[in-house]
Amino acid sequence: MSAFLMPSLGADMEAGTLVEQLLSPGDAVHRGDVIAAVETQKGVIEIEAFEDGILTEWLVPIGTKVPVGTPLATISTGAQDKPEPEVPGDIPPEEPPVKEPTPQPPMPEDLPFEEPMPEPPGPEIPPSDPQAGAPRLRITPAARRLATERGIDLATLSAAPGQTITRADIPGLAPTTKPPPPSDMRAAIAAAMSRSKREIPHYYLSHMTDMTAADAFVTATNQDRPPEERLLLGAVTAKAVARALKKYPEFNGHYTDDRFTPSNAVHLGLAIHIRGGGLVAPALFDTETKDLDTLMGDMRDLVERVRAGRFKARELSDATITLSSLGERGVDELYGVIYPPQVAIVGIGTPRLQPMIVDGAVAPRLAARLTLAADHRVSDGHRGALFLRAIDRNLQTPDSL
Amino acid sequence: MTQHDIATILTEELHRIAPDIDPDDTDPAADLREEYDIDSMDFLTLVTALGKRLGLEMPEADYDQMRSFDALAGYLRARTG
Repeated sequence: MSAFLMPSLGADMEAGTLVEQLLSPGDAVHRGDVIAAVETQKGVIEIEAFEDGILTEWLVPIGTKVPVGTPLATISTGAQDKPEPEVPGDIPPEEPPVKEPTPQPPMPEDLPFEEPMPEPPGPEIPPSDPQAGAPRLRITPAARRLATERGIDLATLSAAPGQTITRADIPGLAPTTKPPPPSDMRAAIAAAMSRSKREIPHYYLSHMTDMTAADAFVTATNQDRPPEERLLLGAVTAKAVARALKKYPEFNGHYTDDRFTPSNAVHLGLAIHIRGGGLVAPALFDTETKDLDTLMGDMRDLVERVRAGRFKARELSDATITLSSLGERGVDELYGVIYPPQVAIVGIGTPRLQPMIVDGAVAPRLAARLTLAADHRVSDGHRGALFLRAIDRNLQTPDSL
Repeated sequence: MTQHDIATILTEELHRIAPDIDPDDTDPAADLREEYDIDSMDFLTLVTALGKRLGLEMPEADYDQMRSFDALAGYLRARTG
């Protein structure tokens, strides 16, 4: 019998809410099956089983928020556990499942919110009161304050007859179609990045890279392909970084308990921005062993799921390095903040035509700035520079990727 | 396929990718990627969806003709007759 625990999906996670139980007691469990979904600050994460067996029992009801490490379910893993007596202390005996009634995230001052205090039903003033030159304005205190802050003359405000003016009616705060910024996501980013800047002695390097060959390769590859089979430059750069890491393993792995453990596999975390605010960097597993088409398919799948706010637990916890690309509409250069417990982040600025020297003559080339932020506890600038140059070299021979 | 149909289809597919953008707030003659805040992956997703839905190849070499909402709608109209 083994317990299936609320996983830690990164250093910044303390608790999660079980939102889906995808199997019922008695169902067979296979390693890698998604058996539950957990709501965290980063969205809904699918949790996979780590071993084969039979799901015996759910220990936590749906909708319950529990700390990391809490057993969520028991899984019977085979012969050896048949006679195992129920160890009473093993499974928390209905230990009050920390039933925090899902604490509301602190509401930033600025969010448009429902007015909590309806205006007391004052004396009804007929909408068209003939004797009142300036009819009494029905406005909530918060709206009045906001209007004052914004320098708006109250006399210019109007509400439908019988309605009260709320904050949402104040110009400049008109309701938009955008959802409010996901403050949970911001809190998660804040926690991880603060820890990074507190603990990790970053150093930074930058290198101008000619992207002409890689771009031409992508164009040539896509020429006869239908849209669903096309490559993006991002897949080529991902592979170029992953391959360079094979020779520079000190940038690929995790730093925990005062020591660095390199990873044999490269699970490249792709920084993906979320519409409406926020960022996640889920892993592209085994980046270095996949061909470009497979990688591209995986990237599409990952981006699609990130946009839908749903990814797997391992994708969040197992990335061994992060790659952050500014894409086509960004700026020249970015210096990343390392995502602990990783030890490096590679950045790629927006490629654009720039004068470079080719064969002794100035020529317009598609170029991009490659940057590295790395952990000085693990590596030095010398090796970092060699690592960046190895990425550059790989990008000059894209057909070998 | 009428003008109206193409514009509706395009608006629908854009909404799938950029649900937070109100088409009324965008300029149909301006750069589509700027107006809808879409990156190259989003654009590829859009082209893939439109290509499937309308039975078009939409080669990469034609991307320059798809720079704005109006240009893309015109491109699609010309090919769906």
